[in-house]
Amino acid sequence: MSILTPIRGTARIYTVNPVAKLAAALLLSGFLIVTIDWVSAAVALVLESLLFANAGLDGRAFFRRTAAIWIAAPLAGLTTLLYGVQDGRTYVELWLIHISDGSIVLAIATVLRILAIGLPAVVLFATIDPTDLADGLAQVWHLPSRFVLGALAGLRLISLFLDDWRQLELARRARGLGDTGRVRRFAGQAFALLVLSLRRGSKLATAMEARGFGGSITRTWARESVFGSREWLLVAIGASIGAIALATSIATGAVRFVVG
Amino acid sequence: MPIGTHGEDTAAARDERAAAGLRAENWGWRHAGRSSWALRGLDLVIEPGERVLLLGASGAGKSTLMHAFAGVLGGADEGEEEGELLVGGRRPEETRGRVGLVLQDPDSQIVLARVGDDVAFGCENLGVPRDEIWPRVGKALAEVGLDLALDRPTSALSGGQKQRVALAGVIAMRPDVVLLDEPTANLDPAGVVEVRDAVAGVVRASNATFVVIEHRVDVWLDVVDRVIVLEPGGGVLADGDPATVLRERGEELAAGGVWVPGADPLGGGPARERPVLERAVTHPLLLEAAALAVERVPGTVVADCIDVRVRAGEATAVTGPNGAGKSTLALTLAGLIPRAGGTLVATPELSGVDPADGVPPRPRLLRLGRWRHDVTPAADPARWTSRALLTRIGTVFQDPEHQFVSGSVRGELEVSLRALRLPPEEIAERVADVAGRLRLEELLDANPYTLSGGEKRRLSVASALVARPRILVLDEPTFGQDSRTWAELVRLLGEQLDRGTAVVAVTHDRAFIEALADQVLEVGGS
Repeated sequence: MSILTPIRGTARIYTVNPVAKLAAALLLSGFLIVTIDWVSAAVALVLESLLFANAGLDGRAFFRRTAAIWIAAPLAGLTTLLYGVQDGRTYVELWLIHISDGSIVLAIATVLRILAIGLPAVVLFATIDPTDLADGLAQVWHLPSRFVLGALAGLRLISLFLDDWRQLELARRARGLGDTGRVRRFAGQAFALLVLSLRRGSKLATAMEARGFGGSITRTWARESVFGSREWLLVAIGASIGAIALATSIATGAVRFVVG
Repeated sequence: MPIGTHGEDTAAARDERAAAGLRAENWGWRHAGRSSWALRGLDLVIEPGERVLLLGASGAGKSTLMHAFAGVLGGADEGEEEGELLVGGRRPEETRGRVGLVLQDPDSQIVLARVGDDVAFGCENLGVPRDEIWPRVGKALAEVGLDLALDRPTSALSGGQKQRVALAGVIAMRPDVVLLDEPTANLDPAGVVEVRDAVAGVVRASNATFVVIEHRVDVWLDVVDRVIVLEPGGGVLADGDPATVLRERGEELAAGGVWVPGADPLGGGPARERPVLERAVTHPLLLEAAALAVERVPGTVVADCIDVRVRAGEATAVTGPNGAGKSTLALTLAGLIPRAGGTLVATPELSGVDPADGVPPRPRLLRLGRWRHDVTPAADPARWTSRALLTRIGTVFQDPEHQFVSGSVRGELEVSLRALRLPPEEIAERVADVAGRLRLEELLDANPYTLSGGEKRRLSVASALVARPRILVLDEPTFGQDSRTWAELVRLLGEQLDRGTAVVAVTHDRAFIEALADQVLEVGGS
C-alpha cells in the first residue's frame, strides 16, 4: 500500500465527510497560527492526542504516515534554537549562532506548534478517499464540478506516471544512455515523462468527454455527500481545541501574537 | 437487420432508446498542422440498429471517423472539417452522450478509482437521477459479465476487465450508438475473448447501432452483420455482408494488413531459412539462467526457479498467464534489472571477456549489498555499462513510447550508434540500411510520437537492431499489430535468427511462436 492511497477501515471516522475533516483541520490551524507561544501549542497537542486513538489508524500506520512531521519538527526547532531571536541570557555565541533564553523558548514553541498543526492534518487526511473528497467539494462546497472531477481523474494518473518513470529509466539503459551524468539523464527523462503525461492526459480527457463530461446538461451525483451532525461535531471539535488552546494561552499571559 | 429484431416487449421497455443511424456526406477531416487529409469525400450510411465491422489499412482514418461520430474530435482549432456528419439526423456535438465510445488503451479510459463509480460516471454527466443510476450500474456490469464489488479498485483489474468496465460505463448511459475503437488491441488472447463475449452479449441485449474497428476479423465475425472497408484517404472500398466482402475482397484486405480468416500473412513461406532441427547444439551458448528469481520491486519476487539457455541463432518464446512475471524476466535477462536470486551468467562468447583474465573490468560498479551472488561482474549483464549492453543485448519494450528518446525517427536510430562512438559514415550507413529494411525511409524526419502503431513498433525494433546486438529481447512485439506489420516483424526476426542473433520474446501469440520459436519457456501457472 502506498503512502498516497487512503487507509480504509470500519471505524466511524472513515465515513465522516472529507470536507468536514478538511474544515476541522483548517479551523484548528487557524487558531494556532495567530500566536507563537508554547502554551497554546502544548494544550492543543494534549487535547489532540486524546483523540488520535479514535482517528482510525493503528500505531504503526500513525507513525508511518506522520514520519515526515516527526522529522521536520525537530529540524525546525533546531534552526530556531540556533538562529532564533536573541533574548534573555545567552549561552552560546558563535558567528551567526546565538543560543539564548529567547531562542530556547521559541524553539520549543516551534516544535510543539508544528506537531499540533501537522499531526491532526495528516491523521485526518490519511483517511480521506479522494473520490469522496471530490464529491464533498462539489456538492457541499459547490466548487465547479469540471475542476473537481478533472483534478480527481488526474490524480489517478499519478500511479501510471510512477510506472512510466521506471520504464523510462530502464529504456535509457537499454538504449545506451545509462552511463551519462545523472543530472542530464534526469532532465531528459523528466522531459520524456512530461510528453507521456500530456498524451495520457489528453487521452483521458477524450475518454471523459466521450462519456458526456463537460456537456451542457446539469450533472447529477451518484454518491450523495452528506454533511450532518457527525460532520458538524468534528468541525466543532477542531474549532474548540483551537479556541481552548488560544484562550488558555491568553489567560496565562503566555500569548505572543504573530501580528501586532 | 435494422431495428426491431428484438421484439416489441423489450423495445417498449427501452422507451426512448431508439437506435440512431449514422451518415457521412462528402465528409472530410484534416488534423491541425497536417498537410494531408485524414479522410476526404466519405459517403456512408449506417442504418439504425446495424452491427458494423469497420476495416481499413493503418492510416485509413478509421479512428478519426469514430471520434467524429462520438463528437470528441474537437472544434476548429483541432482541425478542418468539410462535408457533413450526422448521428440520428443531428450533428454529433449536439448528441454527445447518445453515442458511446470505447477506446483502445485500457489505462486511459478508466476515470475513477472504484468500479461502481467509474460505471456511474457517464450517467452522472447525463444528469440521470441518483435513484436510477445504481440500478443501471448493476445491470450494465451484469451485461458485460463482470461480477465485481462496486468498491473494487479499478487499478487492480486486468486489461480485459478494464475494457469491460469501460464498456459497462458506456452502456449504462443507454446510448443510441456504441462505437468501439480497437477495444482489444492492447489485450492478451484471453482478454480479447473476454471483451468480444461481453460485446456480443451487449449487442444481443440492446437495439443500439454498433460499429467496431479491429484488424482481427475472425474475432468479430459472429457479432457483426455488415463489413465496411475504408479506402486510405477516404471513400469506401467494399461494403456488404461479412461473407461476401471477405470472399470478394479477402486477398486485397489481407494485403492491406487485415487479419482475414484463413489467410497466412507469411504467404505460406517459412519465416526462417534453415529448419529448426538443423541448428541446435552446435550454436554457442550466450546466456544461461539457473534457478533464476526475478523481481521488479526489491523484495517482491514475481517468478523464480527459472532455467533457460539462450543460444546464438535460437528463438526462445516466454509465455504464461498475466502477472506471472514474464516482462520482469525479460528485463532481467536483458540486463536491465538485477536478479533477485539464482544465477544469470553471460558466457565469454557474449561478453567478450575471458574469465581466465580474472580481473573484473569495472570494479567501481560494485555497490555493496546489491549483488548477492558469486557471478563475476563481467558475466553479470545487470552490471555492464549501458554502452556495453548495446552490442550484447538489445531490448524492445512493450510500449514503444517508453523507449523514444529523440525528436525524430533518424535521431532514434542514431542514439545508440552515437553512444558506441561510431564514425559518422558508419552511422549513416547503418541507419540507411535498417530504415530501408523496416520501411522507415520516408519517415526519417517525422516525430516518433506522431507515427501509427505499426510504425512505432517497427521503429522500436529498428532502434534496437541498429546496434547489432547478439541477443534481442522483445516484450509482446506483436500486440495489436495488423497482419502486414506482423509478417514484416516475423520475417525480420527470422532473418536475424538466420544471421545468428538470439531472440527472446515474451508473447501470447500462437502464430508467432509457431513461426519462430525453438523453445518455449512457460512462466508461472501450472
